[in-house]
Amino acid sequence: MTHDADYNSQETQGPFIARDPNWQPKAYTADYKYTIARAPKLPALSVANTVSEMTGPVFSKEILGKQDNDLIHNYARSGEAATGEPIIVHGKVVDEHKRPMKGVLVEFWQTNASGRYRHKTHNIAVPLDPNFGGFGRFITDNEGHYWFRTIRPGGYPWPNGPNAWRPPHIHFSVFGYAFAQRLISQMYFSGDPLVWQCPIVRSISDTDAIETLLAKPDIENSAPMDALAYRFDVVLRGRRMTFFENHE
Amino acid sequence: MAFQHTQLKESPSQTAGPFVQMGLTPNFTGIHSVYENDLGGALINDKTEGERIVVTGQIFDGVGSPINDAIIEVWQADAKGRYNSPFDPSGKCDKNFFSWGRIPVDPETGIYSFSTIKPGRVPIGSEARMAPHITFWIVARGINLGLHTRMYFADEGDANAEDAVLTELEHQHRASTLLAELEGDIYKFNIYLQGARETVFLDI
Repeated sequence: MTHDADYNSQETQGPFIARDPNWQPKAYTADYKYTIARAPKLPALSVANTVSEMTGPVFSKEILGKQDNDLIHNYARSGEAATGEPIIVHGKVVDEHKRPMKGVLVEFWQTNASGRYRHKTHNIAVPLDPNFGGFGRFITDNEGHYWFRTIRPGGYPWPNGPNAWRPPHIHFSVFGYAFAQRLISQMYFSGDPLVWQCPIVRSISDTDAIETLLAKPDIENSAPMDALAYRFDVVLRGRRMTFFENHE
Repeated sequence: MAFQHTQLKESPSQTAGPFVQMGLTPNFTGIHSVYENDLGGALINDKTEGERIVVTGQIFDGVGSPINDAIIEVWQADAKGRYNSPFDPSGKCDKNFFSWGRIPVDPETGIYSFSTIKPGRVPIGSEARMAPHITFWIVARGINLGLHTRMYFADEGDANAEDAVLTELEHQHRASTLLAELEGDIYKFNIYLQGARETVFLDI
C-alpha cells in the first residue's frame, strides 16, 4: 500500500466515539434466522482504543482499473453491455462530524437486473446475465465523493421463511482510516415496500436508522436519456475529543 | 481545538450476506476477468523482515458447524510493532509488510489460512506495550455487525501476562479463547461464535 492523499490530523488521530448499540443492529435478531446460531451470547469486552484500532489500511488509486466503477461494462464482452435499467449511484463518505473521508476505499456488490448473483450457491430460477459480474470499487475523491454506474438490481426469494423476499439492494463495504471504522452495510431504494417487511432490514430496530439506508432518486445528477441517479451517503465513526486525555 | 459535537449518526451495519466472497474476493470465487488480483491476498513478500508463520483455523457456529461463507480481515503490526498506515505514530513500518489481509474461508471446509510474520509488540502511549497480537474482523451471513477479536500467541507467556486485554477479562478462563496454539509449525486459531467455548469479542 502507498498513500497519496494529504490528511488533516484531526481526521486521522485519536480514539473513536463508541458505537450506539441501539442504533446498530443487535447480534441476535431471531426473525433473521441465520443470526440465531451465529450471534455471540456473552457480552463483548469493551477496550480502550489503541494504535491497533486507530489505524487501518489505506489504499492507493493505483489499485483501480479503468472500469472498476462501471458495472455495466466491467464484465461485459467487448462491445456489449449488461441488461437492465442503467443507474448511477453516488454520494459522500463522511464521519460523524461531517468531515469528508477522502481517499477511502468503497466496494459494492449486487444481483443482476433479475435478482441473480454470479455465485455458484445462488440457485434461483432466473438466469445470469452473460454481460454482468455484479461488483466494483472506487476510492473517494478529495471531497469524500464516490460514484459508479450499474444496473438496478432485482429482488429475490431466500430461504428465511416460506415466502421471504429480499428487497433490491446493493452491498457496500467501506474503509475509513482506522480498523475501528470498518463497516459493511446495504443500500436500498427509497419507496420500495419490500424494505419494511425484510427481516434483515428489521435487524435494525430504529426506523430513523433504516431511513439512512434508503437511496433517494437524484434528478439533478441524472444523465438525460441515459441513467437515473441515486444518492446514498455513508457515515463512519467520528473521533472523540482528545484534549482531556493524558498525553505523553 | 474548538468543541465539535457530532452532527450525524454512523451508518447502520447490515450483514455481508452469503455472497460476500463474490463481492470482495471475486478471483477466489472464480471470476478472474475484472480485477487483476483480490485485495489483501498477501501480507508479506520475499523481503519482509521477521519470523514467517502460518495461521489457520475455522469459525464455528453455536451448533458446532464450521461456517463456510465468511471473510476474515486481519490487521497486524510488522516484526517491530509498527503498522502500515500513514497514521501510525512511528511512521516507519517495514515497507515490505502490508499489515492487512483479507482471507475468505474455504466454501467446502470452512478452513482459513494465511501466511504472515509474527508481529512485534505495539506500544500503548509511552508506558506499556501490548503482547503480540493480530486483530481479526469477521463478516458472514447471519452476522449483523462485523465481529472484532484479537489472536494472541500461546507461546508468548511473559508478554501475555502483562497485556491489558488478556488481563482485564472478568472471566479469566476465557482468555484462552484468544490464544493460538502452535501445532507443528502452524498456529491454530479457531473462533467460536457462540456456546461453551465462545470466543471473546471486542467492543472497540
